[in-house]
Amino acid sequence: MLLIACPWCGPRDEAEFHYGPEAHHDHPADPALLSDEEWGRYLFFHDNTHGPRAERCCHSAGCRRWFHTVRDTAHHEILAVHRIGEPKPETA
Amino acid sequence: MTAESVPRHSPLAHAAEHFRTVTRLSGGALRLAEVPYLTQLTVRAEPGGPAVPGAERALGLRLPAEPNTLTRHGSRTALWMGPDEWLVLAPPEEAGGLEDRLREALADEESAAVADVSGQRTTVLVGGPASQELLARGCALDLHPRAFRGGCAQTTLAHAPVVLVARGAQKPGFWVLVRSSYAGHLGAWLLDAATEYTSVLVREW
Amino acid sequence: MTSQPHRLPDRGRVDRARPLDFVFDGTPLTGYRGDTLASALLANGVHRTGRSVRLGRPRGIHTAGSEEPCALVQVESPFPEPLVPATTLELHEGLRASSLAGRGRLSPDQDPARYDTLHAHCDLLVVGAGPAGLAAALAAAHSGARVVLADEQPEPGGSLLGTGEYVDGLPGAVWAARARTEIEAAGARFLPRTTVSGYFDDNYLLAVERRTAHLGDLAPASVSRERVWRIRARRVLLATGAHERSLAFADNDRPGIMLAGAARAYLHRWGVLPGRRAVVLTTNDSAYAGAGELAAAGLDIAAVLDARPRPGRRAARAARAGLDVRAGQVVLGTGGEEHLSSVTAAVRGDADRTAQDLDADLLLVSGGWSPAVHLYSQSGGRLRFDEGLGAFLPAGSRQRVESAGAARGIGNLAGCLADGAAAGRRLVEAEGFPAGRTASYATEPEEAETPPVHLYVVPGRGGSGHARHFVDLARDVTVADLGRATRAGLRSVEHIKRHTTAGTGRDQGRTSALLTTGALAQLLGAEVGELGTTTFRAPYHPVSMAALAGRDRGRLFDPVRVTPLHAWHTAHGAAFENVGQWKRAWYYPREGEDMAAAVERECRAARTGVALMDASTLGKIDVQGPDAGVFLDRLYTNMMSTLKVGRIRYGVMCRADGMVFDDGTVLRAGPDRFLATTTTGNAAAVLDWMEQWLQTEWTDLRVRCTSVTDHWATLALVGPASRALLAGLAPDLAVDNDSFPFMSLRDAVVAGVRARVCRISFSGELAYEINVRSWEAPAVWESLYEAGRPLDLTPYGTETMHVLRAEKGYPIIGQDTDGTVTPQDLGMSWVVSKKKADFLGRRSHSRADTSRADRPQLVALLPADPHFLLPEGTQLVAEDTLPAERPVPMLGNVTSSYRSAALDRTFALALVKGGRERTGQLLYARTGEALVPVTVAHPVLYDPEGERRDG
Repeated sequence: MLLIACPWCGPRDEAEFHYGPEAHHDHPADPALLSDEEWGRYLFFHDNTHGPRAERCCHSAGCRRWFHTVRDTAHHEILAVHRIGEPKPETA
Repeated sequence: MTAESVPRHSPLAHAAEHFRTVTRLSGGALRLAEVPYLTQLTVRAEPGGPAVPGAERALGLRLPAEPNTLTRHGSRTALWMGPDEWLVLAPPEEAGGLEDRLREALADEESAAVADVSGQRTTVLVGGPASQELLARGCALDLHPRAFRGGCAQTTLAHAPVVLVARGAQKPGFWVLVRSSYAGHLGAWLLDAATEYTSVLVREW
Repeated sequence: MTSQPHRLPDRGRVDRARPLDFVFDGTPLTGYRGDTLASALLANGVHRTGRSVRLGRPRGIHTAGSEEPCALVQVESPFPEPLVPATTLELHEGLRASSLAGRGRLSPDQDPARYDTLHAHCDLLVVGAGPAGLAAALAAAHSGARVVLADEQPEPGGSLLGTGEYVDGLPGAVWAARARTEIEAAGARFLPRTTVSGYFDDNYLLAVERRTAHLGDLAPASVSRERVWRIRARRVLLATGAHERSLAFADNDRPGIMLAGAARAYLHRWGVLPGRRAVVLTTNDSAYAGAGELAAAGLDIAAVLDARPRPGRRAARAARAGLDVRAGQVVLGTGGEEHLSSVTAAVRGDADRTAQDLDADLLLVSGGWSPAVHLYSQSGGRLRFDEGLGAFLPAGSRQRVESAGAARGIGNLAGCLADGAAAGRRLVEAEGFPAGRTASYATEPEEAETPPVHLYVVPGRGGSGHARHFVDLARDVTVADLGRATRAGLRSVEHIKRHTTAGTGRDQGRTSALLTTGALAQLLGAEVGELGTTTFRAPYHPVSMAALAGRDRGRLFDPVRVTPLHAWHTAHGAAFENVGQWKRAWYYPREGEDMAAAVERECRAARTGVALMDASTLGKIDVQGPDAGVFLDRLYTNMMSTLKVGRIRYGVMCRADGMVFDDGTVLRAGPDRFLATTTTGNAAAVLDWMEQWLQTEWTDLRVRCTSVTDHWATLALVGPASRALLAGLAPDLAVDNDSFPFMSLRDAVVAGVRARVCRISFSGELAYEINVRSWEAPAVWESLYEAGRPLDLTPYGTETMHVLRAEKGYPIIGQDTDGTVTPQDLGMSWVVSKKKADFLGRRSHSRADTSRADRPQLVALLPADPHFLLPEGTQLVAEDTLPAERPVPMLGNVTSSYRSAALDRTFALALVKGGRERTGQLLYARTGEALVPVTVAHPVLYDPEGERRDG
């Protein structure tokens, strides 16, 4: 059971959270301008990182805030969390 | 005909007798009781923004800025629910009036919102010296007074979403705000969890 | 038989005032309170506890603790439990147990005992209450830190209970008991009979406390039999000790062959001499203390075979005390049938010339000590092989964990005490709790240690092979088995574990892992250190499913959500169906009615009279703010911002991939205020979805979303007579069609309660949804029910709702869709705005795959036999015979299927490739072996003109 540090509520059990999609993979401003291939890239292509990966996370059972985590996919350790709009912190 | 003349039915009305039995059999270790029909308002506003002072004036209560903390004044309580969200608790008779006052105070504040959620949750008092251990049977949060300093938290208890509110230093125990649809489950769970304090299983209904 | 012939009159910590009767393999025997089954059996001269799992060889008690690989018994009563180590089974009155041949029997009956769980939090968790763990807890407990000390034994002391050593001038067990008192007085929690079995992420550990099993029939029913502790610790100290291991020599598995430390424990802890005449085989100093003490207590020690050519000072002292210490000797083999009768000793490396048979009924073996690094490894900790100690030791972890004492290779009591005390102090101080002065402890002086010899396999006489050189007694794995594995090309310990099953027994290779690796190193000509260990995984100790489940069973398994009207439904005989966590009234059978009859009656009432349904489970989200309209325009496929105050619109939400995610109605309560409803199962997901967009990407929108699902109860009043009934209960509400048109809402007092009434229909009939505060719903429902009696108001459930909506071709998201269906596939292009610049999913609707003509589309199916009910899920094919082609090309499948009273026939909804183009075509539904003809129809089968919704 991971302990995830909600940027507002502090450390809580992983069961209180819902994972979201890859972070910083935002919806294109005007999808109509994109080719099928470009749109397909947005929809279906994600970095399958082995190592630190930025993800969205929601403290669903708590304050219902979405935030970003940097999780190492090799062992699930959460290396950093930050609020939406804050810069992504440096991680080793 | 007025709304007040219609009989109400709280989500744990059917558990009242069992809660009393647990309270009696536990020999002082536990006190269980539903506190129904509280007025509950969700208040949304930008923290530090212009809407907050107006809301505070209407409520006669400061809105807590720190996560997982609460403020109390008289019979009203404000719980921090999110960086721009509070849950205000007030006695049942304040329903309507308080919401109207708040809405009026926030009428010009575009980023603020008020929603009556009185029927969304009911409240269960879990008191007594064994209350912390009782909740620890189904809640992963650290409820030790040293850790639960802020006095309130949204979390899960017995797999149901709840808001836990510490009663304060003098009285051991918590108020557990639980969604009405989960209240029956939580009530059954509390009765089961109390078994070691009552020495018999107080039957679920 | 003399009672307990092997029990010494004045030794051990058993309570001789409390004799206990028990039965083993049908034989009544006697022991004492404080015994384990193993110690009581040994006191009665019983060694053999069963036969081995693969080879059926007799096996006996090998250890004195939870690491036992052999003596696993079946407990018959109080409640059957398989594979319980006799060495940890506390004797109690009425215990009945029997021997096993490697496999136990689960009871077919439900275990009546309670199992529960408790979450705990601490600054320091100390695992193991031996000398190091106790010293650590003593050092930490006074600091103000929250300290938990867990130990698998019934009392603290660990190895001190079995060695007879002294601390501060007190017998070890007495010192340990005093330490426990002091630790608890300082506010720390001591958990006896508690095995920490799992070490998970972020210092989350799982421990199982055995609370009442040792009480047998006297266990109180209200107290849990076992408790799972879920512990979140800031710091963890593993003081888990070390396990002694055996050596691989021929016939090293007979009953009567025991680890040397175990025999010492039987003497000190239980006052039992496990034999009459013993041979000791050792590779290290640790066996000498026990050998001397056992000899002093009356055990005839035939010889001490020390594999070291120069055994050193400890051995020399033993020799001076009269023991026959034979330097450089080992055991070649053993004799005996059901029990050991002889031991063949020989000089190591010169077996054939020096072999000598010694009569013995006990062979005590010490092949060295393996630190219990299991939990450390589970924590993500690395291990390194220490050549000097011949042991794997902790070498760094990602988590905040340390090891102390024997668990990190410290071999003497004084060292363990000092190490534990220092660690306890260090760890609480790291958490900000000043520990004060660290105590030091006085112990008896010990000689400087002579290094052990690292020996694993002792060759038998003259190339006799290794088919009876056991490395894993629990799994019957021999050195010969390892040889076969290496000859098959396997080199990795992980592969060899899986190939031979070595280390996979109940004991998970506690006493065998290093022996296996050592033997393997010899076979491969490799170093032990380079072979490494297999991965240690949770649980360290078996955990019963009942304990893991705890109270999460039966009704409490998963939360059950109910509406405020649940009691009414129950009282009126409703059958319920599960929708997510909700219990929804499914149908209300009357006396003698089956489901079909009840649903037909309920449907008829809704279409011809008036009917009432509890729709409270629908998700409801209050959406407020000046940008609420813009926000909803982006979420829904159709336009919401143009909705007038007081009006309602149906909407569909898609994900970015264009597939339908949810549907529901949106009502506009004010210029900046909307209420969106969701499907029952999707309420939380839709709210999370909304919040995700608002909080992460559309942060400029001024919108606030609040769940009001449980605040409002929703009562659906349906049927041509609904208007009259509502009018009677809401005298101030103008209900005529012009004043209160379809898809509009009114705030009104209904049955004395302030309500929000919406004209929404999910059946095609004139209908109202009456929303009231949850606690007022029972009164309003009751009023409607009473007022509706003259009109034969019929309560109906979800099944009728499904039939009514299907007759109208309304899909249920999640039943008629599966995440690969667009609004267009559902025939709902009308709900997809052509005017809006964008909404979630819009771009995907023009992708080639999303716009192709042969996509599965929602259609109705009419079976040729109007009484035939198609099973949901039935596959559809084009021809009346199956083609030879495999897989058979399928055209689609049935998603919903019902009997319709209104249509007087059965019908179904289905997703069919290019389905709309096939209207009128005959297809075939594969049900069982039959191919049933069905006709494709437009999905709206009932009232296609929509004439009924206004009454």
